[in-house]
Amino acid sequence: MKITVNVWRQKDADTKGSMVSYALDDVSEHMSFLEMLDVLNEQLTLAGEEPVAFDSDCREGICGSCGVVINGIAHGPEVTTTCQLHMRSFSDGDVIDIEPWRAGAFPVVKDLVVDRGAFDRIIAAGGYISINTGSAPEANNTPVPKEDADHAFASATCIGCGACVAACPNGSAMLFTAAKINHLGLLPQGQPERESRVVSMIEQHDAEGFGGCTNIGECTAACPKGIPLDVISQLNRDLLGALAAGKA
Amino acid sequence: MADEVYRGVVTTIQTRRTSAKRSTVALKYSMAVSGLVMLGYLLVHMYGNLKFFQGQEYFDEYLAGLEELFTPYLPEGGLLWIMRVALITALVVHVYAAMTLWRRNKAAAGYVGATRYHSKKGRTGIQRSYASFTMRWGGIILLLFIIGHVAQMLPNWLAPGGASDSTYERVVNGFELWWVVLLYTIGLVAVGFHLWHGFWSALTTLGQNRSATRNESTITWVSTFIAALICFGFLIVPFAVFFFGVGTS
Amino acid sequence: MTSPTDQHNVSEQFHGLGDDIADTRAPSGPIDRRWEQRKFDAKLVNAANRRKISVIIVGTGLAGASAAATLGEAGYQVTSFCYQDSPRRAHSIAAQGGINAAKNYRNDGDSVYRLFYDTVKGGDFRARESNVYRLAEVSVNIIDQCVAQGVPFAREYGGLLDNRSFGGVQVSRTFYARGQTGQQLLIGAYQALERQVAAGTVTMHTRHEMLEIVMVPDADGTERARGVIVRDLVTGEVETHTADAVVLATGGYGNVFFLSTNAMGSNVTATWRAHRKGAYFANPCFTQIHPTCIPVSGDYQSKLTLMSESLRNDGRIWVPKNKDDVEKDPRDIPEEDRDYYLERIYPAFGNLVPRDIASRAAKYQCDDGKGVGPGGLGVYLDFADAIERMGRDTVEAKYGNLFDMYAQITGENPYEVPMRIYPAVHYTMGGLWVDYDLQSNLTGLFVAGEANFSEHGANRLGASALMQGLADGYFVLPNTIANYLADGPFEKIGDDHPRVVEARQAVEERVEKLLAVDGERTVDSFHKELGHIMWDYCGMERTEEGLVKAISLIRDLRAEFWRNVKVTGESTNLNQALERAGRVADFLELGELMCIDALQRRESCGGHFRAESQTEDGEALRHDDEFAYVSAWEFGEQQPVLHKEQLEYEYVEMKARSYK
Ligand SMILES: Cc1cc2nc3c(=O)[nH]c(=O)nc-3n(C[C@H](O)[C@H](O)[C@H](O)COP(=O)(O)OP(=O)(O)OC[C@H]3O[C@@H](n4cnc5c(N)ncnc54)[C@H](O)[C@@H]3O)c2cc1C
Ligand code: HEM
Ligand code: HEM
Ligand code: SF4
Ligand code: F3S
Ligand code: FES
Repeated sequence: MKITVNVWRQKDADTKGSMVSYALDDVSEHMSFLEMLDVLNEQLTLAGEEPVAFDSDCREGICGSCGVVINGIAHGPEVTTTCQLHMRSFSDGDVIDIEPWRAGAFPVVKDLVVDRGAFDRIIAAGGYISINTGSAPEANNTPVPKEDADHAFASATCIGCGACVAACPNGSAMLFTAAKINHLGLLPQGQPERESRVVSMIEQHDAEGFGGCTNIGECTAACPKGIPLDVISQLNRDLLGALAAGKA
Repeated sequence: MADEVYRGVVTTIQTRRTSAKRSTVALKYSMAVSGLVMLGYLLVHMYGNLKFFQGQEYFDEYLAGLEELFTPYLPEGGLLWIMRVALITALVVHVYAAMTLWRRNKAAAGYVGATRYHSKKGRTGIQRSYASFTMRWGGIILLLFIIGHVAQMLPNWLAPGGASDSTYERVVNGFELWWVVLLYTIGLVAVGFHLWHGFWSALTTLGQNRSATRNESTITWVSTFIAALICFGFLIVPFAVFFFGVGTS
Repeated sequence: MTSPTDQHNVSEQFHGLGDDIADTRAPSGPIDRRWEQRKFDAKLVNAANRRKISVIIVGTGLAGASAAATLGEAGYQVTSFCYQDSPRRAHSIAAQGGINAAKNYRNDGDSVYRLFYDTVKGGDFRARESNVYRLAEVSVNIIDQCVAQGVPFAREYGGLLDNRSFGGVQVSRTFYARGQTGQQLLIGAYQALERQVAAGTVTMHTRHEMLEIVMVPDADGTERARGVIVRDLVTGEVETHTADAVVLATGGYGNVFFLSTNAMGSNVTATWRAHRKGAYFANPCFTQIHPTCIPVSGDYQSKLTLMSESLRNDGRIWVPKNKDDVEKDPRDIPEEDRDYYLERIYPAFGNLVPRDIASRAAKYQCDDGKGVGPGGLGVYLDFADAIERMGRDTVEAKYGNLFDMYAQITGENPYEVPMRIYPAVHYTMGGLWVDYDLQSNLTGLFVAGEANFSEHGANRLGASALMQGLADGYFVLPNTIANYLADGPFEKIGDDHPRVVEARQAVEERVEKLLAVDGERTVDSFHKELGHIMWDYCGMERTEEGLVKAISLIRDLRAEFWRNVKVTGESTNLNQALERAGRVADFLELGELMCIDALQRRESCGGHFRAESQTEDGEALRHDDEFAYVSAWEFGEQQPVLHKEQLEYEYVEMKARSYK
C-alpha cells in the first residue's frame, strides 16, 4: 500500500523542529510500524538525506525503548508499543503524523528520540528494596499470597516507555511512579520502606518537572502494559498515610 | 528543574527536591478536600432551595431561621458566619491549588508554541471525558457565577428584576428575566460538569478508587449521579419561575 | 562415513596454531569444595581502601547491572555504561521463559549435583566442570537474592514459589514470572543499580558506546586493562575513562546473523575490540538456534521474535504428511494426515527434545517441502489438544501473554489456528575466553554474562543464561575481582598517557573513516547480506565446502563495505546510522572468525551439525578424542591463531547423547 508520513524532524535539542512529509510507495501490511520507518530510512539514506532518528531495541514490546505519538495518540491506534504496532492497522492512502513524546521532563534529543532519564532518577530516589547482595533470607521463608503476588506483578510489568506521560494532558508521570510504588508496596519485602519510598519518589517526580495528576485516566488507556488506574489511587493513599505519619 | 539536567547522560540525582508536603499530590489533597467541602455545602443549599416551593412566607422564614440556629450558644448568624469562613477558605485554597497546578501542568506537558501535538487527529485522546477538558475554564465560569450570585442574593446589591427585602421576591424577580435564567443555566451546567469529573477525581485523589479503568469505577457512576442531581436540583427553581410562573403574582 | 582424522583439515590454511592454554585459577580437589576454596584463597580488600579503587563495567544487562550494584554496595567506585537510554533496557529484559535453580522445592530429586550434571551434559561436554558446578551452587542464592529485591516470581496458592520444567530437563527447577522472567530479574538488578547511583557509588553513563579498550603497562611491564574509550552517542564526543579494572558484560553477538532474537543494538563491538587488543575469543562458532520463533514474513523483517520454549510443554509440533497439504487450512487436515514428527522420532522426550534437535528437525521437515506459511519456512505448534485437556482458561493463564504476542505480530488467533514456528539464532555460547575468575587472558579485563564463553559449552540449556548472568554479577565476579583489586589502586593514568591518546585517536579515525567512504550501499544492506551468508553456511548445518565459500564471501563483502558503504550525517550528534556502521564493521570481522572456527571443529556437537560428522541414521556425531577442547582464538593481522584449552571430565562421564 501507499502511505504518506508527516514526521517531526529536529536536528538536536537546541534547534527548532518541524513536521516534514515523506511518501512511501510499497508498504506491506505485515510490516511493523518501525520496519516501515526502516524502509523510509533506507530510502532517505540512498537519497543522501539523513534518516529519521528513533529509539528501538528489543522490537518485541518489552524494553520500552520505542515510542512515538502516532496521529496524536501515544504508541498509535492499538494499545501496544510502537514496535508491536503493524501496518495492517492502517490503510492504503493514509496520512500518518509521527511525533516524539512531548513533555517538559522529556527533552527531545533528535527527531523522534527523547531523553527519559527522569524515569531512572525517580527509581533511584527510592524505587527499590534496600537489600545488599548476599544478605537475603531463604526465598520461601516469606510466603506471599498469590493474589498479592499477581497484583504486584501486574504493576511490575511497566516497561518505562513513557507513553503515560506523553498521553497525559498534564505531562504527569504518576502512572509510571505509582506502578513502582504498587509493585514494591504490595509485597511483604517492600513494607519497611513503604512510606519513605512514596515520599522520595513523589518528591523526585515533582523535581523532574512532571505535572500533577488530575485523574484523567488517559495514561492507562495508552499504556501498552495495561497498568491499571487504581495504582495511582493507591499511591495517593500511601502518600496520605506517610504524611499523616509525619514521614515527610 | 528538568532543564538543569544534562541531556540523558549522567543519571545521578541533580535536581533540587521540595518536600512531599508541598508536592503536586499534596496540592491535590487540598483541592479534593476543599472541593468536597463546597460540594457538601451545595447539597445542603440545594435542599434548602427546594423549600422555595412552599411559598414566600415559609421560605423567607426558613432563611431567617438559619440566622437563629444555635442562637443561645452562638451569636445571631453565628453558624452562617462559621460556614462562610469555611467556604471562603475552601474556595481560596481550591482556586490557589487549581491555579498553581494549572501553570505547572501546562509547562509539564511540553508545548511547542501553542500546541502540544501538531497532529490534528487524536485531539480528544482515547477515553477522555468531556468533563475532564472543562475543569479549568469551567472552574473560572463557576467562580464568576458564584461572585455574581452571592452579590444578587445576599446584600441586595445586584438585583436584576428589582430589589426587595424578601429574598423570595428577589429570586422570583430575577428568574422572570430570560438572561438571568440563561446565566444560571450556564453556571449550573458548569457546576454539573465540574462535579462530574470533580467528584470522581476527589475520591481518587483521596485514595478511594480500586478499579483498573475510569469507566469501570463505581465512583464514576456516583459522580455522574451527583453531578446530575446538583445540576437539575438547582435548575428546578429558575425553570419553575420562568416557565411555569411559580411565585409570580 | 569419514572420520575427521582421515584427511587433513582444510581449516589450517586459514589460521595458525599456538600453544595450549590452561585455566590456572580453578582449585583442584573435590568439586563441591572448589568455590569455597577459591573464595578462601582470594585476597581481600580492606573496606576503607575500596573507595579508592575504581572499576569500569560496560553493560547493564543481568550480568553488568548485578555486578555494578554489588561492587557499588561493597564500596568500590564503579562507572557503568550502556548504549541504551536507560540501563533497564538491556537486552536481558527480553528473556521470557525462566531461570534455573537447584532449590528442589518440588522434591523431585533435584540437587546442585543434578543441575551441574544436566548442564555439563546439556553443553555436550564442551564446558568446564568447575565452572558449571559453581554455577549450580550459587543458583540457589540467586533466587533468594531476587525474591528479597521484590522480583515477583510466580507463586502457588499457598504463597510459595512455583516452578516449571523447561526444555530437555526432567525436573521442575525453573523459576519464572509469567513470560517476563528476564524483565523482572533485570528490573530487580536495575533497581539495585539505581540505588547505588543514588548512593553515589555508581556513576551511570547511558547512551554511551564503548569502542576501545585501553591497555597500559605497569612499572614491571605487565599490560593491564586500565580504561575504555567510549563515544557519547548524543553529542558524538569521544571520551576516555580510566579505572583499576575493566569488566565487559556486553552480551552476545547473535546479530551477526542480522535476523536473530537479539535486540537491534546487540553487538560484538566491545568484545571484538578487546579481542583485537589481544583477548582470546573462545568458541565463536557456538551459537544456539532456538526452535520456537515466529517465522519470517518478508524481507523487510528487522528481527525475529522468540516465543518461550515453555510452549513446548503443552503444544504439539507437527507438519502435514503430504506436501500437497502445506497450503491448506491446518484445521482441515485430519489427524491421520499430520506428522507429529518429534513425538514419532523421539518418543521419550517428544516435543521436549533439546533445542538443537527440535530446530534441526524443523529444518529437515521444511527442506523436505513440508514447511508451512510464507516461503514454506514454518511448522505448526498446536494447542488444540491442550485446550481440550486443560480448558481454554488454564491455557490462557499459563501462556496468555505469549499467545497475545503471537496474535499481535501475525494477526492470527492461536487459540483457533495452530501457531507457526521456525528456528532462529538466539544465543551465543562463544565469547571472550576467561579463567575460573572470569578474567580474560588480558590482565585486569574481566568478562561476565553472555559476553564470556564459560559455562554452557557447545549448547545452552533453557533458563541457564539468566542464571549465569546473575551468578557472574552477584556472586562470582565480586569475589574474584576483589582478589585482583587487592593489589590496587594502581598508578593513576592521565588522559594524555600515550596509550590513552593512541586508543582515542584510533576511535576518532575509525568514526571519520566510516563517514568518509560515502559510497552507495546502506549499512543495513551489508548487514543483511552478511546475515544470509552466516545463516546459510554457518547456521544449523555446516559443511566444509560451505564454510570455505562463506569465508571468501565475507572477505569480499568486507572489502566492499569499506569501499562502498554510505553513512549519512555527522559525528557530532546522535547518528544512528554511524552507530550501526561501526557494529556491522565488527560483525564482518567476527563472521569470518566464526566460519574459521566452525571449519576447524570437524565434529557435530551441541547445536552444531557438521554434515561430515554424523552417525548412520543421521544423528550428530561428536569426536571427544579429538575436539574435547575450548578453541581460544588470538587475533592476528594476517590470520587468527588457535590456542586449545583441553577439557577434562572427572565427575561426569563423557557419553554420546541420545534422546530417542
Ligand atoms: C528473546 C530471548 C529470550 C531469552 N530467554 C531466556 C530465558 O528464558 N532464560 C534464560 O536463561 N536465558 C534466556 N535468554 C538469554 C539471556 O537473556 C541472555 O543471554 C542474557 O540476558 C544476557 O545477559 P547479559 O547481561 O550478558 O547481556 P545483555 O543483557 O545483552 O546486556 C548487554 C549490555 O551491554 C551493553 N552494551 C553492549 N555493547 C556495548 C557497547 N559496545 N558499549 C556500551 N555498552 C554496550 C548494553 O547496553 C547492555 O546494557 C533469552 C534471550 C533472548 C534473546
Ligand atoms: C471557583 C472556581 C473554581 C475553580 C477555578 C476550580 C477549578 C478546579 C480545577 C482546575 C480542578 C482540578 C481539575 C481536575 O481534577 O481535573 C478542580 C477540581 C475540583 N473542584 Fe473545582 N474549581 C472551582 C470551584 C469549585 C466548586 C465551587 C466546587 C464545589 C462545588 C468544586 C469542586 C471540585 C472538586 C470536588 C474537584 C476535584 C478535586 C480533585 O481532583 O481532587 N470546585 N476544580
Ligand atoms: C438556581 C439555583 C440557586 C438558587 C435559587 C440559589 C439561591 C440562593 C439564595 C436564596 C441565597 C441566599 C441565602 C441567604 O439569604 O442566606 C443563596 C446564597 C448562596 N448561594 Fe445560592 N442559589 C442557587 C445556586 C447556587 C449555586 C450553584 C451555588 C454555588 C456554586 C450557590 C452558592 C451560594 C452561596 C455561596 C451563597 C451564600 C451563602 C451565604 O454566605 O449565606 N448558589 N443562594
Ligand atoms: S506505566 Fe505504562 S505507559 Fe507508563 S511507562 Fe509504564 S508501561 Fe509505559
Ligand atoms: S492521564 Fe494524567 S491526569 Fe493522571 S490519571 Fe493519568 S496521569
Ligand atoms: S523496541 Fe523494545 S519495546 Fe519497542
